[in-house]
Amino acid sequence: MDQIFVLLQHWLVAFLPLSLQPVASVLLAVVAIVCVFPALFALTTVFERKGLARIQNRIGPNRVGPFGIMQPIADGIKSLTKEDIVPSIANAPVHFLAPVVLVVAVFMGFAVLPMGRNMVLVDMDAGLLFYFAMGASTEVSVFMAGWSSRNKYSLLGAMRAVAQMISYEVVLLLSSVSVVMIAGSLSLTKIVAAQSGYTGIFPHWYIFTPWGLVGFIMYAIAATAETNRSPFDLPEGESELVAGYHTEYSGFKFALFFLGEYLAMFSISGLGTTLFLGGWSAPFSFLTFIPSWIWFFSKLMMSIFVFIWMRGTLPRLRQDQLMNFAWKFVLPLTLLNLMVTALWRFMGEGWARWGVCSAILIAAYILMGRVGMYKEHFGPRRYRYAE
Amino acid sequence: MTPLASYLLVAALVFAIGLAGALVRRNAILVLIGIELMLNAANLNFIAFWRYGPHPEALTGMMFAIFSIAVAAAEAAVGLGLVIAIYRHAQTTDLDKMNRMKG
Amino acid sequence: MSPVFYLVSAMTVAGALAAVLLKPLVHCALAVTVAFAGLAFLFLSLDAQFAGFAQILVYIGAVAILIVFAILLTKGSELPRDGVFSRSWLAGVVISAAVFAALGWAILRSAWTLPHEAAVPVVTVHDIGVALVDRYVLPLEIVALLLTAATIGAVIVAMHEKEGAK
Repeated sequence: MDQIFVLLQHWLVAFLPLSLQPVASVLLAVVAIVCVFPALFALTTVFERKGLARIQNRIGPNRVGPFGIMQPIADGIKSLTKEDIVPSIANAPVHFLAPVVLVVAVFMGFAVLPMGRNMVLVDMDAGLLFYFAMGASTEVSVFMAGWSSRNKYSLLGAMRAVAQMISYEVVLLLSSVSVVMIAGSLSLTKIVAAQSGYTGIFPHWYIFTPWGLVGFIMYAIAATAETNRSPFDLPEGESELVAGYHTEYSGFKFALFFLGEYLAMFSISGLGTTLFLGGWSAPFSFLTFIPSWIWFFSKLMMSIFVFIWMRGTLPRLRQDQLMNFAWKFVLPLTLLNLMVTALWRFMGEGWARWGVCSAILIAAYILMGRVGMYKEHFGPRRYRYAE
Repeated sequence: MTPLASYLLVAALVFAIGLAGALVRRNAILVLIGIELMLNAANLNFIAFWRYGPHPEALTGMMFAIFSIAVAAAEAAVGLGLVIAIYRHAQTTDLDKMNRMKG
Repeated sequence: MSPVFYLVSAMTVAGALAAVLLKPLVHCALAVTVAFAGLAFLFLSLDAQFAGFAQILVYIGAVAILIVFAILLTKGSELPRDGVFSRSWLAGVVISAAVFAALGWAILRSAWTLPHEAAVPVVTVHDIGVALVDRYVLPLEIVALLLTAATIGAVIVAMHEKEGAK
């Protein structure tokens, strides 16, 4: 069962002549990725709307199909048949290219994610670097969308999005570097392999170490900001920017933006799973009989669930809070975490490193949290009106 | 296999275009773009020579390119900071209009 | 000579040309992004994975965005009234053409001595990492210092001058 998809791929490819086989096997894997993740996207939209509705004491979509689970099909047909409006002063070529660039860049990121044992499209030596290179390219597409619309709200949303993505990308990279330091490789398959052992029944996932836990929390914060999810959804805050950089998009192009956003969420959750949660390995040694890809996708869906939960729970931040949080709290803590990781690496086995590393991190957290807040004066907020 | 000379030709062409951009345009930002293009062309040469050189395992050309990428990022940040400071002072980024040394 | 090389180098040169020739500044910034991407593909075609991805990460992810920010902050998205080319544009074109001619002449003259084939070098990211902290550790530290200084310098240069502090 574990290797069912790998065997299926080999079986299908074996029908072709030998010269075509390498191309065919890559093509087959690409087709699988291009089918599976949009399907997951459709599922997630229903899941999200239902979940949010439950959090807000509503019922949610319940008209199309049993319990409304056919809703994404109806939505898809709607967005395909809608008129595709391009504003007359918009810069048409750039306006057209922006969603395409976004979706392509996001899809490229899946190429290096190991989704199960032997289930990775390209086992690249610099896989993590490739992933971040692709993630950086999405910023350009966001800017293209916002600028080409020739709309103040779109441009403001795009500039907010780009500033936010750049700030939090630093955190994202640095929190992943600590994993690279311990695993000693940029290849994602090797990072998963480094976490695949068990002590007793418990796995060697990096989240179960002091630096790994802090790194994972920082990674999760940065990932939420990077994918513009609530509470960091200022770039597309409906109530202030009328959906930000994709205000002027309609019909299929809007659907592409929507797709790109969710795919980015999947891929960044997949990367977090790979880096900190042991990728496709089972959470207990007696559960290894369950196929590896089931574990990968269940961990992925768990993180998606946390994303939805946060969206339903937390209020949106203000722009200055967002930037201060990134540069004055998260980034210093991540840098410290990097040093703690080095300490962990060189203190050798034993309980001493657990105590020392946890103590440093907890002390830093309390110091930065309390001392940083010391000068902030809380009280009723004074609003300034245009007088 | 593409011969080394064709990579060098592409690099020379990009370098010349970057130089033209830096010399011909009026806008300070465009001049910076031209400089970035020239740096990139030099990087391409380093990588090409590394690849076709006798000792690729020594990594010399590759390292030079990596360091040059890092330095170019710093250069872009400082250069654009300067452009913004000048704009704030003179309300223009047009280099032809910046012909006074008095503030 | 592979068709991929032709395609990618055509893309690079076209992007660079467009960056220099187009009038709206934002178009120039997007065109130079295309040129950066083309150069990254050229690096990849030369089996320099690490440098290629670093190129995409730094140039497309950071430098292009920085340029765009600078354009918008200096109101560069409006077209200037008196042309985009400098008064001395002819001299610039002549100089760069001369430079290209000299470089091209040198390359073509020595083309037959240049190697045409080379074995694919086996260089892993691990080797690069070891080289960075072993043989190239001093440059690495200097670059770290330079980046810190550049960050502080850029912030100070671009910071708002306080009222009356001038």
